[in-house]
Amino acid sequence: MFKYFKPNKIFAITSRAPKYVLFLFIIVLTIGLTEALILSPEDYKQSDAVRIMYVHVPAAWISLGIFSSLALLSVGSFVFKNKNFSLIAKSLAPSGFIFNVIALVTGSIWGKPTWGTWWAWDARITSMLILALFYGMYLLAWRIYQDKEQAIKITSMIAILGAINVPIIKFSVDWWNTLHQPQSINILSNNSIHASMLIPLGIMTAAFALFSLLIFLMKYNTELIKVKNKGLDRL
Amino acid sequence: MYGKKVKLRFLFLTLILLSVILSVFLILQSLKDNVVYFQSPSEIKSLIELNKKKLRVGGMVKKQSISINSDEVNFVITDFKNEINVTYSGAVPNLFAEGKGVVAEGFLKDRNYFLATKILAKHDENYMPPEVKEAIGDK
Repeated sequence: MFKYFKPNKIFAITSRAPKYVLFLFIIVLTIGLTEALILSPEDYKQSDAVRIMYVHVPAAWISLGIFSSLALLSVGSFVFKNKNFSLIAKSLAPSGFIFNVIALVTGSIWGKPTWGTWWAWDARITSMLILALFYGMYLLAWRIYQDKEQAIKITSMIAILGAINVPIIKFSVDWWNTLHQPQSINILSNNSIHASMLIPLGIMTAAFALFSLLIFLMKYNTELIKVKNKGLDRL
Repeated sequence: MYGKKVKLRFLFLTLILLSVILSVFLILQSLKDNVVYFQSPSEIKSLIELNKKKLRVGGMVKKQSISINSDEVNFVITDFKNEINVTYSGAVPNLFAEGKGVVAEGFLKDRNYFLATKILAKHDENYMPPEVKEAIGDK
């Protein structure tokens, strides 16, 4: 089924789509920031510090989501030897890494006024740092290995092994005592976050997802141009 | 359906994943005391021996237990089963309050008395505007 990925068709989309995605991103981000910074209420306990959450939580979600997709795509590229999967994964990784760093930094900024410390070696924060290290390894491996075949093998391995960390991050707050609070959003039971704060959180998540899509399309477009320049009509 | 090579690569990947998951699980199990960020007063009570090492105790600040003398804060950490008395000198974080979560870092004098060198406020998973909090009441 994978041979029906026609680079020319994909290229037609990736070369035109970014400007529309950028337009949509700016609109959604404007609405999201207005909701998060002005319209949404302050928290009963932490007052305005809660507004950091509207950047912190979506960034963490997106970085976890992107790493999970890296792992799935890497399984695809490792088992089925489909190079397109590894190109998609390679193009997705940078924005995931950026959001991971944003989550760590905003968490630190939030931690100082609320917890009283910039950094704590608790399970959630440490596992998130390990994820950032895996992202770093993944991105560096693409640059270090000149040989394409070798680079694909090594980066897939990094992504697949790093994915073991993803459920650890997710459940760290339930398995161990952590300084980090447990999740507020439950699909199966009631949310412990008020609806007036859930809306800006949702919009900001959409905005960050659009940003990732934008960066992905631009990176992927570049990769396809590289393929074309080599005179290959298939990947 | 799939070629022999594809199946082999899939098997290879599965075996690697299984072995790494198993080893990560075993490592985390054996390092459990280090992965846990703090211990509850009940866990402190059931410690077999007290050592001089720095540790962290976490739980709720017992209601009406905070007393502030000149430069010392005294309060009780509870997990609603057991309690531990804490003494601390220094500034407490803004969110430090009665009935809220707290993590104290410091040294254990005995099973009921803890000398803290650092106080961290633990935030819970509840986020709501002040009006809603008033409507719900202080549970």
